[in-house]
Amino acid sequence: MYSFDYERPSGVNEAVSAIREDDKFLAGGQTLLPTLKLRLAQADKLIDLSGIAELKGISVSESEVSIGAMTRHVDVANSADVKSAIPALAYLASHIGDAQVRNRGTIGGSISNNDPAADYPAALVGLGATVHTNKRSISAEDFFVDLFETALEEDELVTKVTFPVPEKAGYAKFPNPASRFALTGVFVAQTAQGVRVAVTGAGPCVFRQTDMEAALSSNFSADAVSGIKTEASGLSADIHASADYRANLISVMAARAVQAAS
Amino acid sequence: MTTVSMTVNGKQVSAEVAPNTLLVQFIRENLRLTGTHVGCDTSQCGACTVHVDGDSVKSCTMLAVQADGAEVTTIEGLAQNGELHPMQAAFKENHGLQCGFCTPGMIMSAVDLVKRNPNPSEETIRTELEGNICRCTGYHNIVKSVKSASENMGG
Amino acid sequence: MTVENGIGASVRRKEDQRFITGNGHYLDDINRVGQTYGYFLRSPHAFAKINNIDLAAAKAAPGVVDIFTGADMVADGIGGLICGWGITSKDGSPHNAPPHNSMAVDAVRHVGDQVAFVIAETLQQAKDAAELIEVDYEVLTPVTNISKALAPGAPQIHEEAPGNLCYDWELGDKAAVDAAFANAAHISKIDLINNRLSPNPMEPRAALGEYDAGSEELTLHTTSQNPHVARLIMSAFLGIAPENKLRVIAPDVGGGFGSKIFVYAEETTTIWAARKINRPVKWTADRSEAFLTDAHGRDHVSHAELAMDNDGKILAFRVSTQANMGAYLSTFASAVPTYLYGTLLSGQYKIPSIYVEVKAGFTNTTAVDAYRGAGRPEATYVVERMMDTAARDLGMDPTEFRLKNFIQPDAYPYETPVIMTYDSGDYPLAMNMAKEMIDYNGFAARKAQSEANGKIRGIGTAAYIEACGIAPSAAVGSLGAGVGLWESAEVRFNPTGSVTVFTGSHSHGQGHETTFAQIIADKLGVPIESVEVVHGDTSKVPFGMGTYGSRSLAVGGSAIVKAVDKIVEKSKKIAAHLMEASVEDIEHEHGVFSVAGTDKQMTMGEIAFAAYVPHNYPADLEPGMAENAFYDPLNFTFPAGTHIAEVEIDPTTGVVDIVDWAAVDDFGNIINPMIVEGQVHGGVAQGIGQALLEGVVYDDESGQLITGSYMDYCMPRADDLPNFRITTTNTPCPSNPLGVKGCGEAGAIAAPAALMNAIVNALGKDIDMPATPEKIWRAINSN
Repeated sequence: MYSFDYERPSGVNEAVSAIREDDKFLAGGQTLLPTLKLRLAQADKLIDLSGIAELKGISVSESEVSIGAMTRHVDVANSADVKSAIPALAYLASHIGDAQVRNRGTIGGSISNNDPAADYPAALVGLGATVHTNKRSISAEDFFVDLFETALEEDELVTKVTFPVPEKAGYAKFPNPASRFALTGVFVAQTAQGVRVAVTGAGPCVFRQTDMEAALSSNFSADAVSGIKTEASGLSADIHASADYRANLISVMAARAVQAAS
Repeated sequence: MTTVSMTVNGKQVSAEVAPNTLLVQFIRENLRLTGTHVGCDTSQCGACTVHVDGDSVKSCTMLAVQADGAEVTTIEGLAQNGELHPMQAAFKENHGLQCGFCTPGMIMSAVDLVKRNPNPSEETIRTELEGNICRCTGYHNIVKSVKSASENMGG
Repeated sequence: MTVENGIGASVRRKEDQRFITGNGHYLDDINRVGQTYGYFLRSPHAFAKINNIDLAAAKAAPGVVDIFTGADMVADGIGGLICGWGITSKDGSPHNAPPHNSMAVDAVRHVGDQVAFVIAETLQQAKDAAELIEVDYEVLTPVTNISKALAPGAPQIHEEAPGNLCYDWELGDKAAVDAAFANAAHISKIDLINNRLSPNPMEPRAALGEYDAGSEELTLHTTSQNPHVARLIMSAFLGIAPENKLRVIAPDVGGGFGSKIFVYAEETTTIWAARKINRPVKWTADRSEAFLTDAHGRDHVSHAELAMDNDGKILAFRVSTQANMGAYLSTFASAVPTYLYGTLLSGQYKIPSIYVEVKAGFTNTTAVDAYRGAGRPEATYVVERMMDTAARDLGMDPTEFRLKNFIQPDAYPYETPVIMTYDSGDYPLAMNMAKEMIDYNGFAARKAQSEANGKIRGIGTAAYIEACGIAPSAAVGSLGAGVGLWESAEVRFNPTGSVTVFTGSHSHGQGHETTFAQIIADKLGVPIESVEVVHGDTSKVPFGMGTYGSRSLAVGGSAIVKAVDKIVEKSKKIAAHLMEASVEDIEHEHGVFSVAGTDKQMTMGEIAFAAYVPHNYPADLEPGMAENAFYDPLNFTFPAGTHIAEVEIDPTTGVVDIVDWAAVDDFGNIINPMIVEGQVHGGVAQGIGQALLEGVVYDDESGQLITGSYMDYCMPRADDLPNFRITTTNTPCPSNPLGVKGCGEAGAIAAPAALMNAIVNALGKDIDMPATPEKIWRAINSN
């Protein structure tokens, strides 16, 4: 790692006013630290968000699950309230990375990084969540812009994410055999506003599969989606999977997500 | 340089470190507790697993300053009063190790695994050990060790 | 009479205590006062000429002690790295071994090739300084694929190797094979790729070099499977220091699997540099460097053909293989695709004639050398995929086809057409036991059940053979080996009756500290707690050839037995003297010496004490109780067995679920069954890794290593693997005193073929390793 300074503010305002152009916010660090270690990135200063109490915690009402940005994956996975309100969200969190990563990694860090193979973006888009920052509220679909790119501005910090409670939802992931990131993950939700199908891992950024949404709207069953193909062009291709294979996985994982939905 | 203080294996320690010092470097180089190993640079192999405030973490993916004020347990702190922790004893009894390099991290993960899942099935053990790579054992005897330890740990 | 913790007991390992408590001493755990840190600047290009290296800015950077390049080592008279096995081509010419400097002199030939060694007070300073080195590269077009490298017009990697050819080798009677094929009723053919693997022991390589200006002694701590061989090569060929001034220590080593046999550039540079700067230098690889520089394994492209008569009896076998050596010839690289491969192509079968030809060539990739099994997994893979293909072509059950062609238990010694003499075995027994274990006959019903659940089931067999304990020295010498392949041991009693055993076989996971102690406990009646096994230090152990090729017990263990025999012989003389009997009347069992026909007896401990306190002692006998032995085996050993894998494939994703694994292995006599089982588990896991998950991938155009970390190179994890059901048969090896055959590599040899045969059986079509979900899905969805 290159050298950097370190600061641990205790409030959001303090954190955002401390940040300069070549600084980085440090959340759980499960992506940032490996990147720094390999000297693939550098920072003048790391602003550690772990001292900001207001960024942590889960609150659940009848209609909404609210998760603070610095809430760890393990806390979402184990939360009895989340499990009861949106079991698919707890399930997704319990399958991010591995146990040690879940003990450090946070929802705010994950979505701010917007790794194309991360799990959370599928839940946010699939559930029609809202990302709250120190400046504004952004719909999940507007938040995730492109490969490793979000709508966040330099001095903008995710504070929490709110998820409307769906009628039912499910998530199915086909992990990359090496890294265990999502080679393709599909989040399916049946909500008062209709069915949403969000796909992560398969493309450069999370996206909605609208053909599947239409099919599931009239018939919410695995059979309704297993035959629906996704156009392979535009999907990612690497040594682990071609675009064609990822397209196939979208259909298979969508069917499994529907089957698992509760 | 910045000052970090933490409790490691029950002892209060404090040192001046550069902010980019990893927790694993602090443990190995400052404290000379070399049972915690480094086996990769992408946060996957788990050889560096320690407990921070009771949770297993990869100490290669955490800064020493992030552990300021924390309770840290390393493999050296697992045995109490010269008596092996049931997980350590189970690894020896069931031949859950060969070269021994991944073993400290594997044991630390396994202890946390059983804490979270007091009576784990074989499948749970295999999935929950996703963050630890062993190249020697084929995991067969590691799974057996964890299962056996969980029974001895009152699961 | 059996002895507690003796031969045959599953003794819990003595070495475990330090490993489970974090008290092992792996290389990076060792530090020295005044230690500096070394970091290698490596080539970012697969192939480039170096026009200039400008070190000025880097040398001025904070904390830098010195920076060296290949030119500095050459100027210092340091020789290049060598390959210790000479292969002769068909035309009688020796293999091409181009120069291999520890650091690049005029060109870099693979991504990661060493360019400069930066030594600084801290590792971070060394890395920072390395970024300031300016290298003027003239980038050339690389070639990474062996078939492309051997084709006309390929980029030329070494001037000394025209056409990138290392050698064009053959073995067997070509004319006889051709004649058999001309008259064959059936001919089956197969094309196979044996995928390139990265060994990935969990401890990355490391080195710590020290120089004592007073004694002029150099000490190198290194992650080695064979410290004496490393010392020999560094001394004799690189000229780093005379052997008597060079001490090599391999402390606790975190796995090797072959990759730590070799003498690497980083280790030689580190020890050389320690004298240059007169301070300790430490270098520790990170995993990225391990991927770039640890010698890879496998990487063969083969075509095989089998000739059969009308009854399905094999008439002849011919194999043509291309083997990728990488950019440079590693320490034993040349032997792997030749004498460790071609000689095993008879498998477990009676095949009247066999012919194999192997073209080995250079590419712009990391060097390829021995990896768990080394040549023998490649041979088994060709033979066993061939057998399944032939059975399929003939419409026969593959196990019946094998049983029909096996060498029979009464045929030993059996001479194969590829210069091996198998000494013992019972192949039909292992096959039939494995079939029974997995309920082979019930497979059809299980397959139907899977089909009803929308899954595709397959079953696959591998009847493997390996040759271990590579030997005898005279034989391997005649085939080109540059070293003898014996082993040495010293068994030293201390006056108080405890024993220290010095062995040249290094242990890095195999459990020698326990197994070897069991031999002593058994033969000399010493409690196992009182036996210390010392290995891995050239200044402690008399000599040693190291640990590889499943040789430790068969060769190293036999050397211990030989030393024990000398101890017993001497003890009998002492016992005879003390009990006032004739030596001929002294009987010995498990450390108790008695006078025949009387109740007079003495223990080994009493005799050892008498040998060190020789107040009442035979006049013509030397005091002391320590014996040395060198053991050169009479033959290879031939472990063999049958593994059967059963799989269920999800056609929607192509994911393979290994639902059962039955293994029956013949390792001859077994000292510690628990350790043997563990070795099989680990070997099978690596074999499954090769078949399903692992594969080194280079970008064809740029020569960049794509699978350079665990993000992309798929290591088997706990949830990728099944439990294994394993058992053994025993036909004792007649050529060594323990009757043992070796077990370290068997799993890695058997597993890829068994698993791939199961997958091919399920799919009804051929597929190459690694059988990734996508490949399988494509096979299912193509016609």
